[in-house]
Amino acid sequence: MKTVDLRGVTCPTNFVKAKLELETVEAGVSVRFLIDDGEPVKNVPRSLKAEGHRLLSLQEIDGHYALTLEKGAD
Amino acid sequence: MSNEKKTAVDLKNLKAGGFIKERGKDLFTVRLRVPGGRMPVERLRKIVEVAEKYGQGEVHLSVRQSVELIHVNFKDFDAVVAELGERDQKVASCGARIRVPTACGGCEYNPNGLVDTQKSALEVDQHLFGSPTGHHKFKVGFAGCPHDCPKSATNDVGFQGAVLPELEKDLCIGCGLCAKSCSDGAIAMGADNRPVFAPERCTWCGDCVKGCPTEAWKATRRGYTVRIGGKWGRRPLVGTVFATFLPEEQVVDFIASVLEWYVAKAEGLGRVRLGDIIIREGPESLLGHLRVKFPAAVVSSTIPPQVINTQIGQRSLQK
Repeated sequence: MKTVDLRGVTCPTNFVKAKLELETVEAGVSVRFLIDDGEPVKNVPRSLKAEGHRLLSLQEIDGHYALTLEKGAD
Repeated sequence: MSNEKKTAVDLKNLKAGGFIKERGKDLFTVRLRVPGGRMPVERLRKIVEVAEKYGQGEVHLSVRQSVELIHVNFKDFDAVVAELGERDQKVASCGARIRVPTACGGCEYNPNGLVDTQKSALEVDQHLFGSPTGHHKFKVGFAGCPHDCPKSATNDVGFQGAVLPELEKDLCIGCGLCAKSCSDGAIAMGADNRPVFAPERCTWCGDCVKGCPTEAWKATRRGYTVRIGGKWGRRPLVGTVFATFLPEEQVVDFIASVLEWYVAKAEGLGRVRLGDIIIREGPESLLGHLRVKFPAAVVSSTIPPQVINTQIGQRSLQK
């Protein structure tokens, strides 16, 4: 599974970067995003869900988060 | 543009106000009626056309979402009203009346919005705009969520969108996103790795519902938190909660009921705002009045509108 590191990237750039990454994979494929605590973890998963992707899990790892999602159909 | 021979102005146009005297001789500001601050671009284009024709090259965007045509000669009132009317643009009000309601963008495109504030503002504008209070101005504002960009509690009646969340535990995958996204500390992950909800901390923003990957969090109630008695100006008051989860379709009737109480209780007291009347009468009087028609939404008790210490001047309530 592809991991995309969005740590150190602020809102809304992190969300836009996640969107661009998701353009490069097919629907149904899972991708893992590393996101910072605080505003990013509050906003990015919710925005990606609103775009039609399926959130599979959220794990805390040493003060940041790993979000795994499955790309939705366009 | 002015008629040089004799001045004829249709006084009916002045009835609800909206024409405000400026410093300069013969010049007025014409305040336009823009409920919720949204309008079709064609209307905006008409406003520009009228402003160019009758103004002096500038307009003012008011703090309550109106476009104000400035430096308009009073002799041109009738023409201004007629030409704006070609695109259904009406003139607003001033004085002791229900004013044009303000609203945020609402829920159609704003991801935080919980209720359709734009629709509510249009309904209030349609049914209650210009209603005389007999006492003082009466402002209404709609915020779509507890972020409350429109500062609803500074209105005579202020509405704030709200949802009450409820967890369906079987659907929860224990990801913890709800606890992470809750700004009020109302959700914590329990020992079983499932969320524990502390309703007394919740401000009803719905972030848990929006973020939940599996729809385990659902909205069980949706509507407006209603604060009454707010105002700003010389002696500011912050309105306090009189109703919760008021259904959107009851907004117009609710305001009408508040107005009914205000008109009666302020009788003979002169130019006094609703908040000061609530302080004078006690909030229980208004709660009791509203409970008759809105038993499900009106709260069991509340506090009077809260005085803001501006540090300037001495506040005297008209007791």
